[in-house]
Amino acid sequence: MSQAITLSARNLTRRHGRREVIRGVSLQLRRGEVLGLLGHNGAGKSTTMQLLTGTLMPNSGAIEICGYDLAKQPTHAKACIGYLPETPPLYRDMRVDDYLVFAAKLHRVARSAIAGALAETKRRCGLEDAGGKIIGTLSKGYQQRVGIAQAIIHNPDVIILDEPTVGLDPTQIRDIRALIRELGNAHSVILSTHLLSEVENICDRVEIMQHGQLIYGDTSVRMQRFGHHTGFVVTLLAPPALAELKAVDGVESVEALSDTRFKILHTSDTNSAAALLAAAAEGGWQAQQLTPLQGNLEDAFVQLTQNETAA
Amino acid sequence: MILTIAHKEFRSLFAMPSTWLLLGALQFILAWFFLARLDAFLQVQVQLAQLANAPGATQSVAAPLAGTAALILMMLAPIFTMRLIAEERRNQTLVMLMAAPVRSWQIVLGKFLGLFLFLLLIIASCVLMPLALTLGTHLDAGLLFSNALGLLLLTASYTALGLYFSSLTTQPIVAAAATLAVLFGLWLADMGAADSDMAWRAITPYSHFQNFNEGLLRSADILYFALFSAAFLLLAIRRLHNNRTYG
Repeated sequence: MSQAITLSARNLTRRHGRREVIRGVSLQLRRGEVLGLLGHNGAGKSTTMQLLTGTLMPNSGAIEICGYDLAKQPTHAKACIGYLPETPPLYRDMRVDDYLVFAAKLHRVARSAIAGALAETKRRCGLEDAGGKIIGTLSKGYQQRVGIAQAIIHNPDVIILDEPTVGLDPTQIRDIRALIRELGNAHSVILSTHLLSEVENICDRVEIMQHGQLIYGDTSVRMQRFGHHTGFVVTLLAPPALAELKAVDGVESVEALSDTRFKILHTSDTNSAAALLAAAAEGGWQAQQLTPLQGNLEDAFVQLTQNETAA
Repeated sequence: MILTIAHKEFRSLFAMPSTWLLLGALQFILAWFFLARLDAFLQVQVQLAQLANAPGATQSVAAPLAGTAALILMMLAPIFTMRLIAEERRNQTLVMLMAAPVRSWQIVLGKFLGLFLFLLLIIASCVLMPLALTLGTHLDAGLLFSNALGLLLLTASYTALGLYFSSLTTQPIVAAAATLAVLFGLWLADMGAADSDMAWRAITPYSHFQNFNEGLLRSADILYFALFSAAFLLLAIRRLHNNRTYG
């Protein structure tokens, strides 16, 4: 994690009238990192992204992109950002090529570099065949790709994608995720979503938003373990008494799910599955199936956001 | 950057069939009017020749043509200006411009320039048709020039006004209605005002245009149009800027 910081936001606040919609949001992003912004509808994800791209001014706080202050040197800072809003900003009556060239010029790509950037971007987004088509006639998935192409054609350091996979079919979602993952290797990517699987698949880091605040941030792998005991569910056709199971080395608690199925939780540093299987062989419990409990982001998310609501 | 936006604006106008339709219809009307004036002029030309200081072809044909074009532009300008910003806002494409490394004033000037260049085509046809008369007669170049300049400035002011109203709303139709209402109101004020009522005369674009129409080049009129256009362009820039501040 020694990569350069490409985006840093400090203490962003944004009010709509008297209501604070964003409260004290601070973010940092390094090159080669994919950050997932997670939250319910209306949690402030899109507003945060608007603040980060300079389409909306924060009431207080500062944003620095590649070393440029967004408020003081907006043109320099914005040249380093690629932004795909919730609704892709497509001119429906333009041809894909014309539109992307316009986007490139708008982002100050040198005239001589435009042709190369156009070809490269179309290749990345799988738009090679669509160049001459009118955007309005493309399918939703292709329009989304054009939207992403528009955001990356100037090879920005920071790419901000607001719900990039909404409304796409599963194959398209897979393609776009692969693309985002690829982009994440060389650029910094922030993406907002309420699909938890998306975060699990492609993000290095997760920030959870609620009521305009970041309430939890961690690497997505660690987050999947959040609030979870490690353990497994075991099926024993000839189960012993519960106390006997509990006596197995490392087991913390045992819960009978049915006559033959038991949920066993153990401390996170020891794995008592081996010990249990050994005991089962010895005692003739007829162990049949052992399924590890998987912590998933969904549980962690629900738990976190509920805690916050209760607090 | 201004030119990039202007170029895109100019090209996108020609991507729409309605633009071609309007241009065609307009050319038809102007040509019809031009020929009608020419016809009338030819019929009275013999009598006119006997008068001292008789009005020439420029004064009888070109000037009325420019006057008509000014009136038509009043109704036409809102149709074109309404889309400039309101439609971008409605289609949520304005975000792309706002997030790009472009200043608000560059967006506004780019859009203004793009449409202004387009409307220049209409003005050009108003000048070219009378110019065709040089084949048979001698034209008053000064009068023709002042009419062309007048139309140019008038168009600029209409475009700036329309652009401002377009920046206020999300609905192009609302922008068009508001622009037309203001332009029409100003025109009515000009028509209704007594000749001595200098205050009304001073604020309406059409009355300033009439000086150009008569071949009168006054710096006050030029200044008026420059101020009028600049004021509304500044207001539009201000509005776009507020877009970022107030959402």
